[in-house]
Formats: sequence, structure tokens, C-alpha cells
Amino acid sequence: MSVPRRAAALAWLALVAVLGAGAAHAQEGNWNSIAAKARGQTVNFNAWAGDEKTNAFIAWVGSEVAQRYGVTVNHVKLKDTAEAVTRVVAEKAAGRDRGGTVDLVWINGANFVTLKEQGLLFGPFAARLPNYRYVDTTSVRSNVVDFTLPVDGMEAPWRRAQIVFVYDAKRVTAPPRSVPALLAWAQRHPGRTTHPAVRNFLGATFLKQALYELAPDPAMLQRPATDANFAAVTAPLWTWYDALRPSLWRRGEQFPENGPAQRQLMNDGEIDLMVSFNPAEAAVAQAAGQLPDTARTTVFDRGTIGNTSFVAIPYNAANKEGAMVVADFLLEPATQAHAQDLRQMGNFTVLDLARLSPSDRKRFDDLPRHPALPTNAELGVALLEPHPSWMTRIAAEWERRYTR
Amino acid sequence: MSESGGALRALPAVTVLLFLLPVAAGVAGTLLPAFGYLPAIGGHALSLEPWRRLIAYPGFATSLGTTLFTGVAATLVAVVLAAGFCAVAHGRLARTAGAWMAPVLATPHAAIALGVAFLVAPSGWIARALSPWLTGWTLPPDFATVGHRSGLALVLALVLKEVPYLVLMIAGALHQVPAAAQLNVARSLGYGRTEAWLKVVLPQVYPQIRLPVYAVLAFSLSVVDVALILGPGNPPTLAVLAMRWFADADIRFYFPAAAAACLMLLIVITAIATWRGVEAGVARLGRRWIARGTRRGVASLAAAAATALAVAGGAASVLAIAGMLLWSFATQWRFPAALPDGWTFATWARQSGSLAATTATTLMLALAATVIALALAAGCLENEARTRRRAGTRSLWLLYLPLLVPQIAFLFGAQVLLIRTAQDGTFAATLWAHLVFVVPYVFLSLADPWRAVDPRYARTAASLGASPWRVFLRVKLPLLRGPLLVAAAVGFAVSVGQYLATLFAGNGRVATLTTDAVALAAGADRRVIGVYAVLQALLPLAVYLAAVLLPRRRLAQRTSAVGRA
Repeated sequence: MSVPRRAAALAWLALVAVLGAGAAHAQEGNWNSIAAKARGQTVNFNAWAGDEKTNAFIAWVGSEVAQRYGVTVNHVKLKDTAEAVTRVVAEKAAGRDRGGTVDLVWINGANFVTLKEQGLLFGPFAARLPNYRYVDTTSVRSNVVDFTLPVDGMEAPWRRAQIVFVYDAKRVTAPPRSVPALLAWAQRHPGRTTHPAVRNFLGATFLKQALYELAPDPAMLQRPATDANFAAVTAPLWTWYDALRPSLWRRGEQFPENGPAQRQLMNDGEIDLMVSFNPAEAAVAQAAGQLPDTARTTVFDRGTIGNTSFVAIPYNAANKEGAMVVADFLLEPATQAHAQDLRQMGNFTVLDLARLSPSDRKRFDDLPRHPALPTNAELGVALLEPHPSWMTRIAAEWERRYTR
Repeated sequence: MSESGGALRALPAVTVLLFLLPVAAGVAGTLLPAFGYLPAIGGHALSLEPWRRLIAYPGFATSLGTTLFTGVAATLVAVVLAAGFCAVAHGRLARTAGAWMAPVLATPHAAIALGVAFLVAPSGWIARALSPWLTGWTLPPDFATVGHRSGLALVLALVLKEVPYLVLMIAGALHQVPAAAQLNVARSLGYGRTEAWLKVVLPQVYPQIRLPVYAVLAFSLSVVDVALILGPGNPPTLAVLAMRWFADADIRFYFPAAAAACLMLLIVITAIATWRGVEAGVARLGRRWIARGTRRGVASLAAAAATALAVAGGAASVLAIAGMLLWSFATQWRFPAALPDGWTFATWARQSGSLAATTATTLMLALAATVIALALAAGCLENEARTRRRAGTRSLWLLYLPLLVPQIAFLFGAQVLLIRTAQDGTFAATLWAHLVFVVPYVFLSLADPWRAVDPRYARTAASLGASPWRVFLRVKLPLLRGPLLVAAAVGFAVSVGQYLATLFAGNGRVATLTTDAVALAAGADRRVIGVYAVLQALLPLAVYLAAVLLPRRRLAQRTSAVGRA
């Protein structure tokens, strides 16, 4: 065993000992020792890199934690989060149970389920992060339930998402406010809306959003999809989609790869209405020159799906302490306010503003406003994500029906 | 024989082992899971289940069809255009072709693909330039070009990229054929210039470029990055499908992914074999055509058309990169404006931080790969010259093997191998993966000039008492400075353009301009994509131009020095 590997193994043993000791009153002390070990570590932060704003934010996080905690962040840019999952699985397959190459991964939903259920995650660690106490764990259910799977501290939240629809007010005067209205709108304006490929989480979420409103009993969606219930629950969805598809961009034969690709279509004038998972997307994209100034945001009257983005640490990560320091930094009120700034990412915070100090709360109050940015009231109800099995099955069924 | 001579003699074998063994191991590592065997993720017994799942994929037949169509069409069109172009332009070819084609030759596939995507999209540059005054479009029309089911956009980009490469290969092969003398004879018999070239020179040149043509065929069938950017998505080509499954969150997709990768291998082997068979048929028809003795026929017209298309293709490539250049400096550029609304350095400035690191990695990889490949190739060729044993056709095939085996078919297996030896994601592993592709290209571009060096130089130097190493360093290397520089530029460009190799061996942690550009292509701001595409094109181009221009200046200096003496 090489020297650095042995050192990593010893650190790992020490960490196990520390966590094993884990009495509540010793938490502060624990954190100090974690932060001390983190100093000098390089954290391989595996994060989807298809959005420039988010990449810039991660770069900013890197420079901040380097300065303040002596932790270097290496953004491993992913085309798809599953690449990181694959990597951890491959390492497990190759017997590399220590010194893994993924230290921190931006994750949620199905990828989280895969890693958690196969025991490939380190933790629970979220509650050990000093800033976790500010997280809204009561009114924002998605912070503790990731696609119906309890988080159990195996991942730490860092930003929120909720389905909205962005439209170009220059050409769309009355945007649809419900799923049937969307169909009617598309039929009146053929080729002017689309959704990302259903392999992509946003594309699948578009279908889940429709299912929420069309399913006979939406409560079913909180339980796993089965062979017995899937066909009946989703039948109205496919009827609706069969009617919608010919009116989609490129007659529904071609789809943008993901959200940003779809946004590029809107910026190129190819579509007028699109689904988004970021309520601030229109405002942020306008500031960045990525959408026309006439882009506005709307939601559906009966609510839209909301979820939370998390970071998790693989079981074999080489730099767990550094990863925890980064996860904690992401939850700092100042970091969260920076992330919510329209000039940065504009992502809604996972924190409960009521739990913050007045000075921290002011950071959020002072954030710039924008006509394309919905207020919390306008956003309306955030619906809980259905069980991940619905997404998997819907994607598979979509592929079966429409891939020719 | 000195010790170093012994080391030199072992070099060819070492070179072949170093690159072929891992390729073979990689193929094995893909083959086993294709038949259900990968114990680490629960595949304990051999089975055909992965193949059943592959075939059960709803779009399998379409995907297979698109793969075959795009790969074969791209190769066929590229070969025809390249041959037609050479038939018309052969006189000027040797002197100027290299310099003219350098921009396209040096530009990585991904950069061309990104540029083409903007050029031909319904909201792209061509449509913008013609709207609304000619087309009447105030909004982009709703029809598909990029991502069309037929894969035509993918074919277009591949043709743009491969025609110059094949032209260069033909230009190189022309040195092996007494073309000028035979052309004169043919002309004196009344054949037109073009007709004479097609009937006399082409049949002799084609066998020389057979391997490059097969490499183009294998590449076009199994390309991932260009297909990701321009190919259809639902279903995609087989190589992209394999890639998608390899990266799926659900690890059970490993098995059908491996099956798809193996099928790629099968397709490439079959395609090459079929191509070889068709060659024979075409040759038979060709002989009949030649025997008919037409002096000036449709062939001249066809060649002229091919030349026009090839030149238009060159212009399209330049426009593709120019479009990216404009985007990288654009404030905003919306349909149907033919040019950006305004200009800014902001995008470059904002990207400079992440660009610096990525560019540094790209440069270091490319430089290291180039230097090592040059040393290995020069060593092998020098050994060949000293032992007077010329590498036969068989070893040439060995060298070409990494270019003929679809990358996806061995890189996945190689990745598992690298992970097992804890080498994945290291600079060294990525460098090795690059070398697998850089070494063949460097060797191929160096071999002919090296073998063409008159052995009497070496013999004269040796008779004056110079040691073999002194002859090598003081006689051969200076004589071969030009070809060495060109080979270096080729190696550099090949390294910069590597996508899959970097992705798999680097295990996602080694980011180059190409991997970042393809990652961004999935939907980032087009201004940022522009920055990456331009840099991607610029780096190899700068090296290429330096390689072409540098020896000219040196040569001029030396000639003037000789003149003074």
C-alpha cells in the first residue's frame, strides 16, 4: 500500500472513530476536527455542467472555500449526473472501496435512489453540517423527502427548483394555466412549444407535471408505480400526449437534449413557450442575454412540481472531510443569498428565512427584483415529486410508444 | 552492435505492445459484459440477454439503419469528392494543398460539428442571412436539419472533415506513383487532364489510400462526439446509444451497452469487408470503362462537380468556424439578424478562468503525446533504416488497428482495466489513450519522407567516421525537419481532437477543450460554445501553421547561407 493510500485509510479510520463517538454535545468539536482534516484536501465535485451560470457559481464556491477553509474544489464537469453514479459503481466493481475519485456529487431523484439503495453513500452527514440548522425542514418537504425517498441525512440540500413555464410575451398574450389549456394553446400555435428529451429529468418532469393534473387520483403518485396500476393511472396522460405531440416543435419527432438546449431554441426564436425547473430562469437568462427581454414566467393554477437539489458523498470518497466542508459552505446564509441573486444563479433558497439572523435575512431582502421573476405567492403550491418509479416507467413507456 | 542499438531494435515491438495490448484487453473487457459476464455488477454467467435487450430497444432497427447510412454515405461521398477534386486539381496539389487544407485538417471534429450546427439550423446562419428578404421567414421555419432522422447533418460534418484528409492522403500517395510521366503519355494519346488522371493515376493511387479510407469508414460509423451534436436523438446512432447506456444511472444498462459496442465492432468489420468486396466490383467495371477509351466523357464533368462541392465544403468549414468566432464576440444575435447586434469581449473574459486550466491541460497532453509519438515513430523508422527491414503490410495493419476498431468497443473495457490498476483519471492514463491514436497518425505522416531519404547521405557520413547516432542527429533529423514538424502538427491536432479517449481514460476528471466543448454543446449559451470551438480550432491551427511556415524560413536562411559560401 502506498503512503498516501495508507494515510487516507488512517484518516478514514479516524473519521469512523470520530463519527462513532458522535455525541450531540461534541458536535462542535467534531466539526472542528473535520474542518482541520479538510484543510489541504482537493474535493472532486461531480456536477452537471450544462449550465454556465451554475458552473460559474461552482467556480466561485471553489475560490471561497479555498480562501476560507483551505479546501480546493475541482469541478468534474458532467454531461449527465449518471456519469458520476456509473463511476462510483465502476469503482465498487473494481474493488476500490477507499480513495474513490468522486468526493461530492450534485444529485437527486433516481440517481440518489440508486446510490442510497446500493449502500454506495457515506453518511448520514447532513445534520453534522453546522449550517444545516437553517434548512427549512418543515414547510419545504422536498428538503427531507427526495422523490418520496426519505433523505435520512445521506445528502445535503443546496438549492430548490419548481416547475414554471417561460413564455415570450411578445407573441403569447394569455399563457396556459393548466395542462388541458397547454394542449389547446399548442394546437392553436403548432410547432411553438416543446419539452426536453424524456431521458432528461426536465423532460420527464414535464410528463409527470401533466400526470399530476390528469391522473384520476394524484395521491397514487406518492406510492411506487406497479405493473398493476401504471397503465390505468397513466392512460389519460398518453391520450393527452398523443393529442399534443403533433403540435409540438418538429411535430414531436425531435426534442432538445435538456433545459439549456431548450432555452437556446427560445432565444433563437424557434419556440415561444417552454417548461423550466428554475422560477428565476427567465429573469436570470435575460440578464445574461440568453432570452429575449419579453420572456415572462407563469405557473399552473393547480400547482407545479417542486424539488430540491442535493449534494451527496460516495461511500469510498477520498476526501470526505473536504466534501463536508463544501456541503456546509453551500448552506451558509451568505452563500444561499449569493446563489439566489439574479446576477448569479437566481435559485430559490433551501433555508427557512425565519431561522436566520436579521442581518442574514437582510441579504435576501436586498436581492434585486425583476419583472420576469415570480413572487413566492405567484409561484403557488409546490407539489411533491412522485415516487421515482413513475419517472422510470414513464420514460420507458414514452420510449416504447414514440421511438421508431 | 551497441546497447542502444539493441534498445532501438526492440522499439517496434515495444511500440506495438504498448498500444495494441491494451486495445485487445479493452475489446475483451467489452466483449465479456456483452455476453453477460461482469461479476462486479452481478453478471456471473454468460448469456445472450444483453443482445436480447439491445434488439428489444424500440428504436433499434432505425438506429442501426441510421448508423449504417451515415457512416457509409459520409465515407462514400468523401472518397468521391476527394478523388474528383484530385483529378481536377492534381497539378497544383502538391504545392498548395497542405496550406489550403490546414485549417480544416487541424480543426477537431467537434469544433466543425458545433459550427455546422449553427450554420445549417433552421434558425442558423444561412437561414438568417437569407431571411426575411429572400425566404419571408420572420420566425425560423419548423423543419429539421440538425438532428434530422436521416442523419444528413452528421454526414455533412463528416464529409467536410474527411475530404481534406483523404485529399492529403492521395497527395501523399501520388509520390509513390510515376504520375507525371504516365499522365504525359495519356495526354499524348488524347485524354483530357481529368480523364487521364481518373483512368491512369487513380487506379494506382487507390490501393495506397485503402487503409485511410477504411479508417474514415470505421470512424464515421462509430463516431460519438459529432453524432451527439448533429445526429438524431430519438433514436440516436448506435455508438451514441451505447454511450448513453454506458452512462445510465441504472447499471444494468452496462450489459446492452457492451452489446451495442460489440455490435459496432461487428458492423465496422462487416462494412470494411463489404467495402473491400465492392472495390473489386468497381474495379471490374472501371477496367471496362477504361478499356472503352473515351477521351473526354461525363467523368470530367462529374469530377468538376465533385471539385465544386469539395471547394464549397471547404468554404462551409471556414464559415462554420467563422460563425463560432462571431458568436464568441457577440453581445446578442437573434433570428433573423445576419450579424450580431453588438460586439464584446465579455464572454472571453468571463470564461478566461476556466479556459486557462482547460487549455493548459489540453496543451500539456497534446505536447507530451506529440513528443512521445515522434520519438517512438522516429525510433521505429530509424531502426527500419538501419536493419534495412521495411515494415511489411501486416505491421501497417497493426498500426492502423486502433483507427479501425471503433473507439467505443475498446475504451469501455480499457476503462475498467484502468480502474482496476487505479490509473483511471490520471494524466498518464489519458496520455496513453491519446497516444493510441496519435502514434499511428504521426508514424503514417513520417514514414514516407523518412523512407525517401537517400541512404547515401547516411553512408557518406558514416564513411567520414560519424557514429550511427551522430548520423541520426546531425544528418537525418536536419534533413527531415520539415516532415518532423508536419508530423508533430498532425499529432498535436489528433490529441486536441480526442473526445471519447479523454472521457474514458480521464474518467471525467481530465477536462480538455474538446470534452468541455461537447459537454457544453448539449445546450450552453452559444456565445460560450463559440469560445470553446474557436480555441479548439485555433490551437492546432497555430501549431500547423508554425510547422508549415517554420521550415520555409529556415530553408530560406540556409539557402542564402549556402549562396554566400
